[in-house]
Formats: sequence, C-alpha cells, structure tokens
Amino acid sequence: MPRLHLDKPGDYPLAHKVIPVSTYLAVFSALLVLTALTVFVAFHHLGDPWNDVVAITIALTKATLVVLFFMHVKYSTAMVRLCVVAAILFLLTIFGITWSDYWARRVPAIRVQQTTYGVRE
Amino acid sequence: MAADARPHGGIVPSDTHAPDAHAHAGVLQHHFDSLDQQRDASTLGMWAFVAQEAMFFGGLFTAYLVYRFLYPQAFHLGSHQLNILLGGINTAVLITSSLTMAMAVWSAQTGRRKLLTSFLVLTLLLGTVFLVIKYFEYAEKFHHGLVPGYNFNQAHFPAGEGGHVQLFFCLYFAMTGMHAIHMIIGAGILLVYIPLAAKGKFTVEYAHPVELFGLYWHFVDIVWIFLFPLLYLLGRY
Repeated sequence: MPRLHLDKPGDYPLAHKVIPVSTYLAVFSALLVLTALTVFVAFHHLGDPWNDVVAITIALTKATLVVLFFMHVKYSTAMVRLCVVAAILFLLTIFGITWSDYWARRVPAIRVQQTTYGVRE
Repeated sequence: MAADARPHGGIVPSDTHAPDAHAHAGVLQHHFDSLDQQRDASTLGMWAFVAQEAMFFGGLFTAYLVYRFLYPQAFHLGSHQLNILLGGINTAVLITSSLTMAMAVWSAQTGRRKLLTSFLVLTLLLGTVFLVIKYFEYAEKFHHGLVPGYNFNQAHFPAGEGGHVQLFFCLYFAMTGMHAIHMIIGAGILLVYIPLAAKGKFTVEYAHPVELFGLYWHFVDIVWIFLFPLLYLLGRY
C-alpha cells in the first residue's frame, strides 16, 4: 500500500534548518542601505520613467531579500514556493490586465484628438 | 537518533508516532502523524493566508497604478505633502522590527526562551513606535486640511488638480490605514505570544507558532517597503 503521509526521518529535510544570525544581520544591513539608496535616488532626476524604474527595482530587491531569508523561502518546501509564485503571478495579472485596459482606452483617445486638431506625430 | 545538544535539554524525537506523543507536551494535534508534518501543514496554511493578503493589498495597489497613470501631476503634488523624514524613519523602524522578529524565530528554533521573550517584546515596542509616528503623521494631515471627505482644502493646489490630489490622499489613507490595522493586529498577537513565550510554551520542537507569526509580520513589512517609495518619494527631484 502506498504511503499517504510523510512521516519518516528525512522526509522533512528542510524542517529544522536554522538560518544563522550572521545571515539575518547581513540582510538587515542590505535593507537599510537599499532604503537610504532609494531616498537618495528620489532626489535626483533621472528622466521620465527611470526614477520609477529604480524605485520599483529597489523595492522588489528588498522584498525578495525579506521573502527568501526573513520568511525562510530559500529553505522552504515546493508547496510553499508554489504559493509564493502563484501570489506573484496573480498580482502581475491584476496589475497587467487592469493597467493595459486603461492604457489602451487612453492612448488611442489622445491620438484621435491630435489627428482631429491637425497635430501629427 | 543523534543526541541534541541544544539548550532545551532533552532529546525529543520529532519524527515518530504515538508512543512518543507524550514527549510533545500536548502540542501535537491528533490528526497529524508527527510534529514535522504538523509544522509543514501549518506553514503551508499560513502561506496561503499571506498569498491572499497579497491579493487584498493588490487591489489597493491596482487602484494606485490606475489613478497614478491617469493623474501623474496630481500624485506628485500630493506626494510632496507627505513627511519624507517621518516616512523614512518609519521604514527603518519597521525593517528593524523585522530583524528582531527574525531573531525571535531564531531564538525559538534554538530553544533560547529568555531571548525569545526579549525579541518579541522588542518587536512589539518597534511596532508601537511605528504606530505612534504614524499617528503624528495623520494628525499633521488633519491639521493641514488634507483629509478627503473631512476637511480637504482644494485651494492648496493649482486649479483643476485639487480633486485628483484628493484621490491621492484617499489612496494614501486607505493604503497606510490598512497597513496600520495589520500592524495593530500584529501587536495584539504579540501581546498574546509574549506571556506564552515567557512561560516556556515555545520550544525547539514547538517553534512554529513563532515562525508563522514571523511570516505575517514580515509580510506587513513588505507592504510598507512598497508603500514608502510609491507614496512618499514621487517627484522629489
């Protein structure tokens, strides 16, 4: 009969992984440095989309560090990782589909207006 | 089984069945075969909860995305009204509270009862500092007539932008307010955990309640990691 449960020693190789204090301190330092960096960059004009690109990239980096180390996902089971990836994919779906809808309604409207008033790209 | 030299003292098999159940001091629920299985199941359950929390905040972030796209100028004007110093300090406070929470988990996993209690107390204190600073920020907004639906003064802003700046402040209060409610709930759970930790309820074998609360606390930290640049740092150059 197949085993329905994981219940033998070694079935949970990741269960007792303790992340060392040095790793936590390194992640903490990186988070503080990245916070200072995002404030610093915000006060410099980088041209239209680039301030946002840098701010979001830094925030994503910080979030990734928190998820992997503070939330132990680097050492988690496949099911937990599936959960994390699913959340990210669904978020991207919400953002992507909603934003593209607003974008697609707005940008062509501006083009029509410009053409009507004789403005050409 | 290898002897466990960690400070909790005894060797407690965490991968065996009923004969050793008494060794788990009543923390192994009857529907699980082992503490490891129980830990895995509850961790997955907590992650499912965290994922749906991400969806919940995702709705607010989507609203932000849409209105920022439609009214970029008004969002810059609104953002300039926020206190970047208090927001920055709060970011540092929250990151530090995440470190103390991570250290609380480490203390639980290595069986250090007093350290665990201290780190939970520190996390609670830092969370409270965050909320107090947030209170002063909100008070400032009430004072300056920036609260939508209560005393929002459109005359502060160029003609035609006031209404859209009000929209920015709706999102500001909804997003930081929801975040603050999560912080208050977290602080409430800490108030329950601290006496339990002091009594020695959490052991090396039964560290996962602390780990699971850590997941929640870090998630709330991540929300703020995105809120800070998106609300406070627009067009500061």
